[in-house]
Order: sequence, then C-alpha cells, then structure tokens
Amino acid sequence: MLEEGPVSLADAPVRRLNMIEAINDALAVMMERDSNVVVFGEDVGYFGGVFRATAGLQKKFGSHRVFDTPINECGIIGAAVGMGAYGLRPVPEIQFADYIYPGLDQLISEAARMRYRSAGEFTSPITVRSPFGGGIFGGQTHSQSPEALFTHVAGIKTVIPATPYDAKGLLIAAIEDNDPVIFFEPKRIYNGPFSGNYDKPVEPWARHPDSAVPEGYYSIPLGKARVVREGEAMTVLAYGTMIHVAEAVLADKGIDAEIIDLRTLVPIDIETVEKSVQKTGKVLIIHEATRTCGYGAELSALVQERCFYHLEAPIERVTGFDTPYPHSLEWAYFPGPVRIGEAVDRLLKA
Amino acid sequence: MADRPASVISTRGNLPPLSLHVPEPPFRPGDPVDYTYLEIPAAGLLPRPDEACAAKETHPLCDGLIRVLDDNHQAVGAWDPKLDPGTLRRMLRVMALTRAFDDRMYRGQRQGKTSFYMKCTGEEATSVASAFALADDDMIFPSYRQQGILIARGYPLTEMINQIYSNRADKLKGRQLPIMYSSREHSFFTISGNLATQYPQAAGWAMASAIKGDTRIAASWIGEGSSAEGDAHAAFTFATVFNAPVVFNIVNNQWAISSFSGFAGAERATFAAKAIGYGIAGLRVDGNDALAVYAAMRWAANRARSNGGPTLIEHFTYRAEGHSTSDDPGQYRSAHEREEWPLGDPIMRLKRHLIALGEWSDEQHAAMDLELIEQVKAATKEAEKNGVLGHGMHHPFHTMFEDVFEELPWHLEEQADQAIRERRTKWPEWKET
Repeated sequence: MLEEGPVSLADAPVRRLNMIEAINDALAVMMERDSNVVVFGEDVGYFGGVFRATAGLQKKFGSHRVFDTPINECGIIGAAVGMGAYGLRPVPEIQFADYIYPGLDQLISEAARMRYRSAGEFTSPITVRSPFGGGIFGGQTHSQSPEALFTHVAGIKTVIPATPYDAKGLLIAAIEDNDPVIFFEPKRIYNGPFSGNYDKPVEPWARHPDSAVPEGYYSIPLGKARVVREGEAMTVLAYGTMIHVAEAVLADKGIDAEIIDLRTLVPIDIETVEKSVQKTGKVLIIHEATRTCGYGAELSALVQERCFYHLEAPIERVTGFDTPYPHSLEWAYFPGPVRIGEAVDRLLKA
Repeated sequence: MADRPASVISTRGNLPPLSLHVPEPPFRPGDPVDYTYLEIPAAGLLPRPDEACAAKETHPLCDGLIRVLDDNHQAVGAWDPKLDPGTLRRMLRVMALTRAFDDRMYRGQRQGKTSFYMKCTGEEATSVASAFALADDDMIFPSYRQQGILIARGYPLTEMINQIYSNRADKLKGRQLPIMYSSREHSFFTISGNLATQYPQAAGWAMASAIKGDTRIAASWIGEGSSAEGDAHAAFTFATVFNAPVVFNIVNNQWAISSFSGFAGAERATFAAKAIGYGIAGLRVDGNDALAVYAAMRWAANRARSNGGPTLIEHFTYRAEGHSTSDDPGQYRSAHEREEWPLGDPIMRLKRHLIALGEWSDEQHAAMDLELIEQVKAATKEAEKNGVLGHGMHHPFHTMFEDVFEELPWHLEEQADQAIRERRTKWPEWKET
C-alpha cells in the first residue's frame, strides 16, 4: 500500500458521475495505489462487466490483475479467499446477488471465519461486489436482496451505497478493510436516483448533488451512517434504492422526517440511530428484501431494546413481500410510494 | 404440468422398469475379505513421462498404479526417486513419529483430555513423503488428516498438543476443534473442517503466486469422499483455466466415515481419472509406498514450479482406523480389511526397504520406536502443564470476541461485557487469571 498523503477533497477536481462510473473510479484508484488489488469475475475482464463497472480496467492494469473467470461462484470466492491468504486484496464480482449462493460456503464458513479460526494468522481481506435489488424487470433470479443472509454471519461486513459519492468512498474503504466485505450495489439506481414512481421518466444522476465525485482517493469509514435529511416527525431507517424512494414520498407528503442512510449494515452505526429515534419517537424501517427475518427485523429489535421509552408509536416496517421477486408483477412486489405512504400515515396518526 | 400422485407409474410395453443403483461395499462386518478384484500391477512397470509433457501423456497413468517398492523390498522402475539412505531414514522416522503421536493423542482423548482426535494410521506416507518432495515454503492446504506434513516440517509437538487440548497455550486460543491446526510460519493453512473448501483456495493461492511472479507452489489434500463436493470441480476448473501451480491430492483411503468410496464414484472410475476431463496431469500412486508418493509429488511439484500447471494425484491407500474418535468402524466394515489390505503398511514397507539396502535393522527400528514414544510423552507432559480441555486453563474470556473482525465493533464489546458478567454471577469470586 502506498503511503497516503493528506487528502483535501476541497482541492480535488470534481466530476458528475453515475454510480457505475463512481464504482469504476474507485476500483481504478485502488488498483493504482495498491498492486495487490486484483479484480475478477464473470465477464469483468475484456468486456468490462455486464453493467460496465470494470470497463477499461483490464486495458489499464493488464490481464494478470483484471480477468474473466469460469462461471463458478464457489470458485470465484474460494480463489479470492486463497489469494487473500497469499497477501493479495481481491475484489471479485458476483454478476448478480442472486448468483452468490454457490459461493456461500466459501463466504460464510471460510472468509468470515478465517481471522478467528487461525487467531489472526490468516485473513480474508476480500471485497465481494455484487449488483442487488429489483426494479429492472429482472425476474426472480436478477432482483433479490439477500443482505440479511450476510448480516446474520459473524465476521462479514455488509455495505450498501445509495449515491455515487458514497459508492466510491465506501468501496475504497471496503477494499482497504482487512475483513471480508459484501458490497451490494443497488442496480436500480446505477444510472439515476429512483423515486419509486416507475411510471415516470428516470432522473439522471447528473442533477443530484451526490453525483459530484472528487477525483482521486477518498474513503468513507465503514460503520458510519449518513443523515440524508434532518427532521422531527419520524426517523426513517433505510439503505440503497429505498433512500431515494423514501425521500420522494416524504417530500411529496411534506413530512419533516429524519432520513438515515445506514450505508453499513454490520457493523451498524447505532449511535446515529439512537440519537435520531430519541428525538423523533417514531420509526419507519424500509427495505426491498423479503419481510420475514429481514434486516428490518434486527433494526426493529435494536430500536425496541435501546429506545423503547422514547417510542411514541409502534415501529413500522415496509418491505418486499415474502414471495420470490415476480417478473410481470414486479411493481406489486416493490415497496413503493403507496406502501410507504400508508406506513407514514399510520405513524403520524399514532 | 398437472400434479399427479407419485405412485402413478408409466409403463412402456415390455421395457423393464427402471432400477436405482445404490452402491454397496464388497465387505460388511463379519464378512471374509478377498481383495483379488483389485488391479494391483507389479512395481516398476509404469513409464515416467517428462515433467513438461502434455497433460494427456499422463492420462494412461490415471488407470494404473505407480509403485516403486517391489515384493522383495527393492526400489525399481522409472519412478524410483533414488533417495539417499539418510533421507529415507529421516522419512521413516517422521512417519513413525506421526504414528506414535497419533497413538498417544488417541489415548489422551479416551482419557478425557480432549473432545476429539483423528489418526492417520496407514496413510502416513501420503503426507510425510509428499512433504519431503515439496519445498518447505510451498503452501499446504490440508484436510484434517495431514498431521504428518506439520511433523515433517518440524512443527513442535507441544504446540500440536496445546491445540488438541484447547489449553491456555493453544495458539488458536481454544477456538478450533482439536487437530484443526494452523501455522503460517510452516506454510500450513488453517484447517477448516468443512470439506474440500481448501481446494479452490489452493487454486487461488497458486494463482496469486503466479500473478506475483513468485516461485512457491500450492498443494492441497482432500479425501476421496469429499472429492464429490462442488468445491473440487471449482478447483479443477480454475486450476486448468489459469494453469495454476498447484498439486491436488485425493487420498483415497476407501472410507468416508461409514461410506465406502463407491459413494464418491469409485465403482465407475478412478479418482485420478478426474484429471482427464479437466485436461490436467493425473497420476495414480500406491499411497502406502513412500517412494512412489515422493516420486509422484516431486514430478508434480517440478512441473508446477516450471509453469507446467496443475496435477491431480490419487493416493490409493487404506484408512486403517476409524474416521475419528467418534465412530466405531466395526459397525460398518469388515475387521479383516485392514489385515488383508494388499498394499501393506507404509512404515513397514519403508523399513523393510532400508533393511534390504543394509541401511537399517529391526533392532534400530525398535530402539527408534521407543525413543519416539518417549519424545511424544515428554511433549505431552509439557503441554499438560498448560491444561487439558475443560479444566479452566483456557484463554481469557475476552479473546472469545476478538478476531471476529480486526477491530471489535460495539455490539461485540457489549456481548463481551455480558459474558464476563454472567461468569461473575455464577462464580462471584472468579477473577480472570
């Protein structure tokens, strides 16, 4: 790793990037800084990834550091674990989060436990990038949000960005982290923030303030939430795509809500959550994943355990339904403005 | 398709009905054992292809059996590694030490000093001779039965026993099941316990070594039973695609706990033959012949180290004891198998070879065995000073929460406080030593 000089973001030139470009930029920055960073996965090499996240990297850094792999997620993650043990800092891509399951044993039983079981002799400093979430007509195998499978595992950090600025800074922090990180990229907002109104045209990122991405190196610490908007009426706990949907719904309704983008699910920034709930007394949890045993259940339990006497209403959970992600009825599954609006109304009436 | 009850059977004229084949081992408890069905060629017959040959030149060897030691205890044929007597004696000594260690630890488990143990009796050559053929800094991705490699590399027995006892000196802080060693210093990867996960990791480690222009190679071991895991397919595929400098070993000891090798496909093909489909080099070796094991590993290591790519070696051997201290092989296999095993015992065979060379004697061997028993006993005594399992001499409570992450997050700090509070509630006088 190169010695890191003082970084002043104020001085760095800023570009307007979408989330894919920001992720690509983070990978390029880290590959430049650290010759141990290697990037690989299905179609990531010459072609640059099905979502273009690794476009141009093979040309720039060579095929020994950026390459295609066989279609075998167990092999992709297993090889990454071995490379990590060697001393590399692998950043494998799983093409869709829905494809990650063949690699779960390597993540859960191996990467997550490596430091613990070897008492620190071997570690797995790997960052598994994977597009997740629906809203792109991907059907049940290109739409899932399996984050709770990973937050349940001791030894893995789970990170989900909601803006291009965060995507770059969090991905750099994830790659630098010496523990395994699952980095889920909300693919619905790769090209622009999403209000949840699927019948309206897509907004490009260029008009969003958080598409201003400084050149060069910067990192956003894992485990720190972002207060998207301060407010008094209620606390909204969300991440990824749902941040933008929540913002749009609450703005439409004119509600003075405090919206917290968790950014890292494990370890969670509990202080920011507690502080907000103590102020507002009302909590709305939103995620796209299925409801039962979703990450919202953990959030709800944490708030109840730590902020019970500040609560003025039952905690509201807005989630996807407990079904596979349907193709034609995708928007009936998606926790959109109507479902969120109803929960907001219940909280306000309470 | 409309639902229909499973009991409705389609018939097609006179076509006989389908019939499921469920493999059954040739011998069960009480059965007499007759191994004449095994094809065991004489030693010294098989050719030794050039280490840089095309993988397919090795493929006829996948159905053979590389053997060096013949019935007269002589080393014969193209695969004779021509080791000097000093090396042979050192190899014999490590194999005998491994067996003495296993015997002692097995008894320790029966005496309640630990929860679990696994011997490698009868399979010592597959580890020890391999270790002799590799460089000491080549990276080992072992399964749970390669203690011979650690011993060959000079890992202190006392450290092994500390780990087996999960005592306060256990380098792994009492976190791992006994025998799941780890030693970065000895290039010995942390043992998982989940089967075959180390295989794609070895491929990845070897790829990293090649990416970096290193000269070290990786070698990994699984049993024939776990060659059925998807991880093995992942590993072979990655290794062949990237020509990774890795040696894959399948120790075919005939039994995976109570399931005979037929449940991993042995009725249809050898395990070495998997190499053919992946286009990697494959060797099948008499795993009870230390010289043949050494020669095969040396061939594969030289090939890998000169960018010749991966090799799969099947070690044909026999698990002379139970899978672990938790099973009784008398319940599922014939007790005569061990005594009838046609490839003998690896230690005995190497001993007789050395005697035939005039470089060893029964007296020297007996004296060595006594000396090794004393060596293990001394190491055990030393380790027992640090405690045995369940006698309070464990690591401090807080270590239970460390190394989950590099830094302790808030929720683990809270849980660590809780664990210590619970301890104080139950034992008010308790102080962490």
